[in-house]
Amino acid sequence: MTLRLTTFAAPSRFYAAAGAWLPWCWAVSLLAGAAGLVIGFAIAPTDFQQGDAYRIIFIHVPAAWMSMLLYLVMAFWATLGWLLNARMASMLARALAPTGALFTFLALWTGALWGKPTWGTWWVWDARLTSEFILLLMYGGYIALTEAIDDPRRAANAGALLALVGAVNVPIIYFSVRWWNTLHQGSSISMTAAPKMVATMLTAMLLMTICFWAYSFAVVLARARAIALAQESDTDWVKALALAPPRIEAGAAR
Amino acid sequence: MITGLLAVARRDLLLARRRRIEALLPLGFFVVAAALFPIGVGPEPQTLRQIAPGVVWVCALLAAMLSVTQMFASDHQDGSLEQMLLASQPLVTLVGGKVLAHWLSTGLPLVLAAPLIGLLLGMPAPAIAMLALSLLLGTPVLSLLGAVGAALTLGLRSGAALVFLLVLPLLVPALIFGTGAVVALESGLAGTAQAHLSLLGALLILSLLGAPPAAAAALRISLD
Repeated sequence: MTLRLTTFAAPSRFYAAAGAWLPWCWAVSLLAGAAGLVIGFAIAPTDFQQGDAYRIIFIHVPAAWMSMLLYLVMAFWATLGWLLNARMASMLARALAPTGALFTFLALWTGALWGKPTWGTWWVWDARLTSEFILLLMYGGYIALTEAIDDPRRAANAGALLALVGAVNVPIIYFSVRWWNTLHQGSSISMTAAPKMVATMLTAMLLMTICFWAYSFAVVLARARAIALAQESDTDWVKALALAPPRIEAGAAR
Repeated sequence: MITGLLAVARRDLLLARRRRIEALLPLGFFVVAAALFPIGVGPEPQTLRQIAPGVVWVCALLAAMLSVTQMFASDHQDGSLEQMLLASQPLVTLVGGKVLAHWLSTGLPLVLAAPLIGLLLGMPAPAIAMLALSLLLGTPVLSLLGAVGAALTLGLRSGAALVFLLVLPLLVPALIFGTGAVVALESGLAGTAQAHLSLLGALLILSLLGAPPAAAAALRISLD
């Protein structure tokens, strides 16, 4: 059988393939995460200015990266599913949304935890914080819209349009917010003034990024499998799966 | 094409004129919401003047979102929206007509009422003029992007509440530039105020080009 990208557009094949990939994704995520946390929290040197509080960036920065990346990935799959009428792509987009929202929340929360000892406040209406917050609201809007519509196809397509409009608006929002902030208050706090990175810090950051990528793959694939089962519940392959004798499947328990 | 747009706009305006109280509800909401701020924040003129541009703009945003769900709802209920989808006129122009009618019946009254609210909040005259100007440029953006949200949530149980969540994050730039123009003028930066107005105008052009096709696509998705 020749392997093409469209091979996995059929939910039944996607279900089987994703089930096979899941344990690997979890393994990579756990290993990279454990190594990254050990290096980041035990081995990396204490920062001269910020003390140990800076160590939260090993979670904060990769989470912020993922939050923005996942929105674009979600918009991409949703649009693909809408234009090509590919069910699996739409399901993947819906599976991505909660993980993206989680990372956005994590980035905001760890940012607040870092901001309290460093800036002396949980929250400032800094341009980056504000646009990240608006991103969280946009994830919320996407999830709320797709959950409010009962018909799966309409939900997927409406979500795709919303994600697309949102993706077009993200740069506009970012720059408008940046300008708003610099006009209202002098930028007394700069998040870009990061200390020069030591090699161990960079390693830890890289490992945590790999961990978050693998985690996203694992969770999104698992969620997409569940969505596929739910939406295709009246098809033959799901019935065959349900009637098959139970066997222990790695990753399915999660 | 223009005739189709005007015909829909004229029809919607006629419908709005026959239900005058209903059409004026967003305006009532606008005035009530803005009047609550002095009561909640306190009557100090200095504070009120400082928050006035933001208060007026935010209340205008909320009032526009409150009414925008009505843009397609009644036509959806009696089936005339499906006829519009089948009409020989392109759907984009019909959406344009509906947006125009919505702006004329709710956006324009907000622009006209804003100076009054500005007076209540103790704004100086030049700032009031700038506020009205920024709303004149900004309220069409609200109607245009609101149409996309209204089309996406057509016929949903929680549609009215959803529109707020879907559209308000996208309206943040309009809010920033609109209030920014007034604040810049009040702090004596006429050039910056002009820059804000230009950006608001750019936003209006962008949404004029982008929002009607998006709303038309959303209507096709919703009525599939």
